[in-house]
Amino acid sequence: MSIDVETARRVAKLARIQVDESDLPALAGELSNILGFMEQLNEVDVTGVEPMTSVTPMRLKRRADVVTDGNIQELVLKNAPDAREGFFAVPKVVE
Amino acid sequence: MTNANELTLADARDALRKGDLSATDLTMACLTAMDAGDALGAYVHKTPEIALDQARAADARLKAGGAPDLCGIPLGIKDLFCTKGVPSQAASNILKEFKPEYESTVTTKLFDAGAVMLGKLNMDEFAMGSSNESSCYGPAVNPWRVDDRELSPGGSSGGSASAVAADLCIAATGTDTGGSIRQPAAFCGIVGIKPTYGRVSRWGIIAYASSLDQAGPMTKSVRDAAILLGAMAGHDPKDSTSADLAVPDFEAALTGDIRGKKIGIPREYRLPGLRPEIEALWQKGAEMLREAGAEVVDISLPHAKYALPAYYVIAPAEASSNLARYDGVRYGHRAKLGAGDGITEMYEKTRAEGFGAEVQRRIMIGTYVLSAGFYDAYYNRARKVRALIKRDFEQAFAAGVDAILAPTTPSPAFGLGEMQSANPVEMYLNDVFTVTLNLAGLPGVSVPMGLDREGLPLGLQLIGRPWEEGDLLNHAYVLERAAGFVEKPRKWW
Repeated sequence: MSIDVETARRVAKLARIQVDESDLPALAGELSNILGFMEQLNEVDVTGVEPMTSVTPMRLKRRADVVTDGNIQELVLKNAPDAREGFFAVPKVVE
Repeated sequence: MTNANELTLADARDALRKGDLSATDLTMACLTAMDAGDALGAYVHKTPEIALDQARAADARLKAGGAPDLCGIPLGIKDLFCTKGVPSQAASNILKEFKPEYESTVTTKLFDAGAVMLGKLNMDEFAMGSSNESSCYGPAVNPWRVDDRELSPGGSSGGSASAVAADLCIAATGTDTGGSIRQPAAFCGIVGIKPTYGRVSRWGIIAYASSLDQAGPMTKSVRDAAILLGAMAGHDPKDSTSADLAVPDFEAALTGDIRGKKIGIPREYRLPGLRPEIEALWQKGAEMLREAGAEVVDISLPHAKYALPAYYVIAPAEASSNLARYDGVRYGHRAKLGAGDGITEMYEKTRAEGFGAEVQRRIMIGTYVLSAGFYDAYYNRARKVRALIKRDFEQAFAAGVDAILAPTTPSPAFGLGEMQSANPVEMYLNDVFTVTLNLAGLPGVSVPMGLDREGLPLGLQLIGRPWEEGDLLNHAYVLERAAGFVEKPRKWW
């Protein structure tokens, strides 16, 4: 599977990573190369094999659905690049 | 007496208890070595004040008696572990200035046991790499060298391996997603074990690929690894994948007796082009285990050759999802925005500026293999191949194999910058012997075996049954004693 410039542009968009137009051909080449390496997986007969979902078969633990912490607004916001009046601040989302 | 920072964890523990040494003196010796070792680039955030506070508390506790093994032991902590109030950046610019308001479960356990934190250790950005060159701080350097070239300590836990090998700490924590404990351990001539998936809590460790990530010790000896693993391991309600199993006394498992054990040699690991030196070392290791009374048998892991491509589908897929949280809103870096830039531009510019090239590449590969229309072709197929890889191991163990012996790496340490011109896939080949275990969730340990012709360390890897780290470490102990590797890097830094 070869990745063209258009697909590279779409993947970068989906990943929310800005890539300059001039860098797209090189990116497409790199991604194609890596995907080419993955093509080996097509040699394997996987008929009837269940995809592996966990390393050790075990039932995930459950706990009561209750609040276990809270009232730590200040700590939650402490590392924010822009926090104001108790909120995370971001550029305008809705016109 | 040797300098205190050169002690093994076991010897330091014993000296602290005998009163031959105080935790404060030991910590001072490590801090002095740390400061003298800046040329190695191993430490990226030093925490001497915290270390001395912890050391003083440890001395009081040791005096009172009954202190745990780790009490007063100075450790280096990989930058991937969140440590409260101390920068925890995963060697990425996107987490610049990030100081967690919480402590990872592993470091909590270590500090509760009285361990001392010297500082945070260098690594590849988000643990993605095999050379430490993708770090935002610049690479850590291998203390071993044979000429003027600076060599890579391996990756991603390169700072940990470098610091342990150069005696800039007594031991260190590492994490291993595809070989990130074992490959640097082999490159730097130390011991590193990746435990069974679920043995050690992942809570508070910055995530790369959650179904593969596992933390473990990087140490100067197998005994040290057993002691430190015991302190790191255990069930944690905050990590739903952590196993609710008792933690055995791993050190007590080191009997040195492996008579009657069966060691498997996977024939698929005899890759075409395997260096004769690595092949010879592997045979020598098998011979040592045979002389210790084990039976050595050929085994087959027919799907081993597909481990690397399966890994490079699954790990980036999980990474693309895990790293979606770095959006410039809640923590870390946010790009300067231009007039008229909206939230999408904020995300895209922040992530372009904050992530390095390899991380961006893996996020995009992961995004692609998970995107509509390709999910089955790549991601689901890789997960099925993963099931087959795991089954190969299960069949070997069912046939009575106790441990599997293999090389850790296809080569000794390479020079910094030497792989820069290589394409990413060539760098990925470093993990060819190590990734299979992460996919299968099995424990694996790298043991230093000796020096190559040029004088660089080489390691062998032992792979064990799930949850049998004690038995695995006992095999490693036998190998360690037979190899008798005691060389240290010549101090040039």
